[in-house]
Amino acid sequence: MTYLGDILTGATCRLVDLGGEAGFRRRLLELGLVPGTSLRVVRRVPVGGLLELEVRRCRLTLRTSEAALVQVEPT
Amino acid sequence: MAVATATPLVALAGNPNAGKSALFNRLTGGRARVANYPGLTVEREEGRVTLPVGGEIRLLDVPGTYSLAARSEDERIALLAVAGLPPLEVPDAVIVVVDGTQLARHLYLALQIIELDLPVVVAVNFADDLAKEGMELHSVELERHLGVPVIAISALSGQGMDELKRLVERVLAEPDSARPGPRWVAQDPTLLGWIDEVGRCVPEAWHRNNERRRRALALWAVLSLEPDDELHDVPADLRLAALSAHAAARAANRTLDEEIVRGRYDWIDQRADRFLRQRGQPRVSRSDQADRWLLHPALGFLLFAGLMVVVFQSLFTWADPMIGAIEVSFAWIGARVQELLPAGFLTDLLVEGVIAGVGGVLVFLPQILLLFFFIGLMEDTGYMARVAFIMDRLMRSVGLHGRAFVPMLSAYACAVPAVLSTRTMERQRDRFLTMMVLPLMTCSARLPVYGLLIAAFAAPNSEGSLTQGLLLVGMYVFGTVVALLAAAVLGRTVLKGKRVPLLLQMPPYRRPHLATVWRRMVLRAGIFVKQAGTVILLCSIGMWALLTFPKAERSPELTSAMAQVEAQLAAAPTPELEQQLVDLESSAAGEHLRNSYAGRFGRLLEPVIEPLGFDWKIGVGLVGAFAAREVFVSTMAVVYNVEAEADEENATLRERIREASWPDGRRVFTPLVCLSLMVFFALACQCMSTLAAVKRETNSWRWPAFLFVYNGALAWIASFAVFQGGRLLGFE
Repeated sequence: MTYLGDILTGATCRLVDLGGEAGFRRRLLELGLVPGTSLRVVRRVPVGGLLELEVRRCRLTLRTSEAALVQVEPT
Repeated sequence: MAVATATPLVALAGNPNAGKSALFNRLTGGRARVANYPGLTVEREEGRVTLPVGGEIRLLDVPGTYSLAARSEDERIALLAVAGLPPLEVPDAVIVVVDGTQLARHLYLALQIIELDLPVVVAVNFADDLAKEGMELHSVELERHLGVPVIAISALSGQGMDELKRLVERVLAEPDSARPGPRWVAQDPTLLGWIDEVGRCVPEAWHRNNERRRRALALWAVLSLEPDDELHDVPADLRLAALSAHAAARAANRTLDEEIVRGRYDWIDQRADRFLRQRGQPRVSRSDQADRWLLHPALGFLLFAGLMVVVFQSLFTWADPMIGAIEVSFAWIGARVQELLPAGFLTDLLVEGVIAGVGGVLVFLPQILLLFFFIGLMEDTGYMARVAFIMDRLMRSVGLHGRAFVPMLSAYACAVPAVLSTRTMERQRDRFLTMMVLPLMTCSARLPVYGLLIAAFAAPNSEGSLTQGLLLVGMYVFGTVVALLAAAVLGRTVLKGKRVPLLLQMPPYRRPHLATVWRRMVLRAGIFVKQAGTVILLCSIGMWALLTFPKAERSPELTSAMAQVEAQLAAAPTPELEQQLVDLESSAAGEHLRNSYAGRFGRLLEPVIEPLGFDWKIGVGLVGAFAAREVFVSTMAVVYNVEAEADEENATLRERIREASWPDGRRVFTPLVCLSLMVFFALACQCMSTLAAVKRETNSWRWPAFLFVYNGALAWIASFAVFQGGRLLGFE
């Protein structure tokens, strides 16, 4: 199984499943991270432990620790 | 209950960074009334807009949100305001602002609002940026699919404003033309059954017998309610219904919220290519190029640090001439009034109480305006979203929000503008936690106090020595460390909050709209003067009264001595005699202060502060310092019979303080006592203006009271430890 945190910067993947608690999953869903959506990892900021994603041409950031809860498959 | 008024109410909703403030500013011409939503710390802004044919609307600025779903009362404001749930008024129409460059995600909110069956106009903002990125917006397609009027605008350049107003006018005249019904409807009968089951528990006051609205609110409940949400004003049976719907779906191996959100996004994804078309090759956006540097692991941090140095420098130094000008002007006005009016109680009240008090409020304005200028620039350009990105890990380690960094830094200059600037954080808990630790940062008002005390125990003529410098740096470090520790402790106890995932939309960089920045600066300054200012003014009049009354007669010895000197002066004036008179007047002022209520209160305090090594004269200084910390210096000057204008550099004051002794002849200001007093000043919330600002921002007296008590307790304990511990170790 692959998680969003494992995806290389610049690579794309498809969202498979969201982990974490209900509130977190809802927030991700409503920001457009619905299973089946394709994502691109735009950049990482190692100092802050953050990840920037592109979804539907829109930008989103989340913490690396939380990206580890997002299951993806590379495309 | 909502009262029907002749002027229609139009709500302006949109995602954060959709350019909503700039649009609000454009439409209202910058005039708005600000109040708090009942019982909350969220501000409600409303302005009037004249429509082309001549009608007028009230435009309501709804807090920015990417969804109507909510987990806390603060987040629920968006739903309350857009849908007009009781006790709020139902809007006659809603303008939804979407960012054209982030269209798909912003349409999600538009779909939710259309579901509520209110007349909607969609304004696609940043139309000019779309063109620059080689994208083409097809408003006609968007309008056809959404079923509501759509207009491409640019709030920055003003493009599309008249058309937007015309559309609002049309929609208000024919509401049904912009109420197309929900765009996405659950097709699956089981799913629909679950949703309608929840719909049965939506109160009538919410759905107002509109079936579309009932279903929209049922969807809201399904996406918002949880066993552990922080919503208080939701009927228990609605929550129960939402939870059982989730349970039923889980039993059938399905996920209710995912199916609903997916339904809406599928609707958008199937049409997105018709709404926006790419012409030519997509290129690396300028924002991405900029972020390569600005979010660079090392360089990004350095650039941020550089920017913060500028912000800090401006508050600390550039504000000074303006502050000085305000102080001089008010002193001048006071002096003129004193000349014009007959001497007496009312003149004293007017000059020393009211005029000085108003000056004491306005003196904060330069720093407030400067800080909100920088914050406005950072928010409008999109850099503020990156600040959380850059500072997240550092601030999170003590439980603070990444955006708390800017207020914390500003507090080194002054806690008052810093408290006001916590508003950049969306969550109430993050704001309150930051406010509770801001006063522990070493503000510039502590510098004169530290200056005096360091000078008091250092050997004369050793100014500027390394030890003194290090001691000052030590006080800065001490305040900062305690503030961070306090944040860590309070964040786990009093202001315990659920760990919130950091999910940020990264807006593209944009040119700031200076008119909007300016309007926000003026707005914040106005709110401060009106709401915190009145409290500060009343407190300063109170402080003046405490320090002035009772008006006792001068002691006979002093009166006769003064008469003697005056007589000699009249006969043959010499500089020595003039100095003698000044000294006698200072003695009289000192005698008066020692007998005043503040002086008596200082004596009363002595048993409480004696274990910290402080005598009652220091107690009087502490009472006076409540007006503002630097007042400690002038209060000590008066207590020690030095002229009141003395500052911390004044040689006589320094000397008197060095010589001050207890009745038994021991020195008062030993190095240990000075240290203990500095520690006290570092921690105690000795500042009525900060407390007034916290009262205004938390909309309650509870938080300023808590702040005062916990900072005071912390100060007492720390000073006790320093003084008694120091004595045990044999220091003096």
